[in-house]
Amino acid sequence: MATRTLSINGRAVRVDAPDDETLLSVLRNRLNLTGTKYGCGEGECGACTVLLDGKSVRSCQTIVSQAAAAKVTTIEGLEQNGRLSAVQQAFLDEGAFQCGYCTSGMIMQATDLLQREPQSTEAQIVTGMNGNLCRCGTYPRIVAAVQRAAHSVQKAGAR
Amino acid sequence: MNSILESSANKLQHFELDRRTFLRLFGGGVLVCMTEGSTLAQESGRGFGGHELPKEVSAWIHIASNDKVTVFTGKVECGQNIRTSLAQQVADELRAPFDCITMVMGDTDLVPWDAGTFGSMSTPQMGPRLRTMAAAARQTLVQIAAKKMGCDPTSLRVDSGKISSTDGKQSFSYGQLTQGEKLVSTVSGAVPLMAATDWKVAGTALPKVNGRDFVTGKHQYPSDISLPGMMFGKIVRPPGYNATLESVNTSDAEKMTGVKIVRDGDFIGVVAADAWTAEQAAGKIQAKWNVAAGQPSNSNLFEWLKTTAAPARGEPAAASSAQSPENGATLERRYTVQYIAHAPLEPRAAVAQWENGKLTVWTGTQRPFGVKDELVSAFHIAPDQVRVIQPDMGSGYGGKHSGEAAIEAARLAKAAGKPVRLVWTREEEFTWAYLRPAALMELKAGLGPGGTLLSWEHRTYNAGNPGIGTPYRVSSPLTPAPSSKSPLPQGSYRGLASTANHFARESFMDELAHNAKMDPLAFRRKNLSNERLLAVLNAAAEHFKWGAVQSSPTRGFGIACGTDKGDYVATCAEVAIDRATRKIRVVRVVQAWESGAIVNPDGLRNQIMGAIVQGLGGALFEAIRFGNGRLENPHFASYRLPRFSDAPKIELVLLDRKDLPSAGAGEIGIVGVAPAIGNAIFAATGTRVRNMPMAPDEAVPGIEPSMLHA
Repeated sequence: MATRTLSINGRAVRVDAPDDETLLSVLRNRLNLTGTKYGCGEGECGACTVLLDGKSVRSCQTIVSQAAAAKVTTIEGLEQNGRLSAVQQAFLDEGAFQCGYCTSGMIMQATDLLQREPQSTEAQIVTGMNGNLCRCGTYPRIVAAVQRAAHSVQKAGAR
Repeated sequence: MNSILESSANKLQHFELDRRTFLRLFGGGVLVCMTEGSTLAQESGRGFGGHELPKEVSAWIHIASNDKVTVFTGKVECGQNIRTSLAQQVADELRAPFDCITMVMGDTDLVPWDAGTFGSMSTPQMGPRLRTMAAAARQTLVQIAAKKMGCDPTSLRVDSGKISSTDGKQSFSYGQLTQGEKLVSTVSGAVPLMAATDWKVAGTALPKVNGRDFVTGKHQYPSDISLPGMMFGKIVRPPGYNATLESVNTSDAEKMTGVKIVRDGDFIGVVAADAWTAEQAAGKIQAKWNVAAGQPSNSNLFEWLKTTAAPARGEPAAASSAQSPENGATLERRYTVQYIAHAPLEPRAAVAQWENGKLTVWTGTQRPFGVKDELVSAFHIAPDQVRVIQPDMGSGYGGKHSGEAAIEAARLAKAAGKPVRLVWTREEEFTWAYLRPAALMELKAGLGPGGTLLSWEHRTYNAGNPGIGTPYRVSSPLTPAPSSKSPLPQGSYRGLASTANHFARESFMDELAHNAKMDPLAFRRKNLSNERLLAVLNAAAEHFKWGAVQSSPTRGFGIACGTDKGDYVATCAEVAIDRATRKIRVVRVVQAWESGAIVNPDGLRNQIMGAIVQGLGGALFEAIRFGNGRLENPHFASYRLPRFSDAPKIELVLLDRKDLPSAGAGEIGIVGVAPAIGNAIFAATGTRVRNMPMAPDEAVPGIEPSMLHA
């Protein structure tokens, strides 16, 4: 058990955890940041996706000691002053979920994708999101939501 | 068999409302109860101060003095959007704004008894029930208003949660009318309801309520529930089914700080202050198990299902009629379906708390009252000492009827003397929940000149009889569905056996059409007289432009249709085929749909699209591999599920029949997918694939691989 300080959603957070505990376990079970979901624990479904220094990672495949030096962003950190991020708003506008359990991971993955490729084509979205599972089968709506988010970011940038 | 699959629902329990609980919860206001099977006429204005509340309440609705309307139902939300669509219906009948309505769902201490959320029953049964209550509540409020204003109730205007006099001089909100009241209105179901053509809130595409909580991570699923002092649990499992514990050594785990081992017969559990330690401790327990030998595998699955089959009702005593010469040319075919997993993205999870002898469990289940019964019998405690709360969960698809995790968490919490959270791993969810039944289907038909069906026999082993009845015109069809001894735990799944039975029947119809040298659509039309089914078949064909382009070796078009649970569906699929590799890809699906009056077109589209995408998995590549009591692929890396890249272009045609009652629409959108794809594969390649999955990444033992998945 080691005490370390993590940077999560712009705040310094002290937590006691063994070096090899997964970031997912630390977020959910020690810090009660339950917006990040457990789906498989094997990096196959993307429900646990968070950003490390802006880049998407599977928090179930990341040990907490690896996260210590990085800025961690979780789904709880996207909303700013009561304003949803463009991706969050687009998911809401497109109704791109059913049970919503995959939604946090989808939004984090899409956030990373649009940072890297702000003008992602449909094919790029499918490739970029393909590691994330939605068992309710809302893929077409999620693709539409990511496209919508891309447009709204471009519009905002052009202003 | 079928009754087990539909629900292992128990005998109807009499729900008893504790009057003190009600008073504590609400204080005052107007409460409308609906009684089940009662001959009571509506009795308005009975004070609950002096009367016991009815004991067979099936649902209720409360209107508070702050205008808030609370609706209580035992149905649960698992992504099918019923929280929204039920509230829409209440808003219409109550003539109240949609956003004043809160749905309390699936909390066994607060809602009336309910068998559970399955079988597409929420919309056709709970919908009208809540509408009836809402209409009765409105009538009660009108009577209060008439008394208050001293006028004839029929002269009052009721709109947007307000009741006004004709001249508009006097107006009261519902909340104002309930101030100081403590009224119970009982209704038994005979209240006139709005026609769907008059709906204002229902029938519109309202977005999911609390949608914002799902995009911000705020919504708390069962696995997210946290209580003060909560510990974390972990179960040590045997390596396979039908195992007995030979020996166990827990000494290494016991040495870990703060770890508690819970042993009871073959049950081995661990509790620790944090989830990580619980997992590490469970890993240090050395358990030796004996797994029963000689258990079946994929290779001998269908032989096993056939040899263990019990005689079914409707079984022909002598040789079947399809073999007699007057039945024209006969055809016999055999189809199979492998076991598949629901794989809800949120695995089973429960948080259990014992307080002064009362057990409360938060868990993800489609049957909160069923899980409550399981807990009552597991712990031998009184029903009023158990409360099950079902937070809107990470889906179910028929896979969360049972309460294993709830019982395990409660066992651990009892031993630890603290609340315990238990979340199953993905491997546990695959292995220790239950699967969609495998199926073997034998079909036989006689065809007369001009493609007229003369006889029909459809026998389904193990999966059950939903969807087995043919909608086509044929005299005395035989449709036995014998149950078998399933080698794996099996249960309900979206659509139940309808998917297997539609796959067999609609593939077989295609084979018969080709044998008769008829177009598959024309052949179906010729043998159909069901107008609702014909309407969706024609709508799908028209939108798809069926017949405009002929199938080629690299591009195939297939069609299928069916009906179950009051839903009518027709599916057209277009597949692309790589001739060299025999890899296939579904590029386009058109699905026409009719399920009576549409309550929420956006929710309906979402459900049907989801059913198509989910159906692709079972159609093409999902299969549980097993042998000797062990699952061989209980992981997402080895159990292939539909992903973004698998989703075809999906076009939906919704027929809104406002003249017909609304049916549940969460399940049957899945049934046409596999046969439409199979028929398209045949149209392109001339290869008839009679096994689901049709294009697995690697061959399933016992099944000839026909196609590969792209």
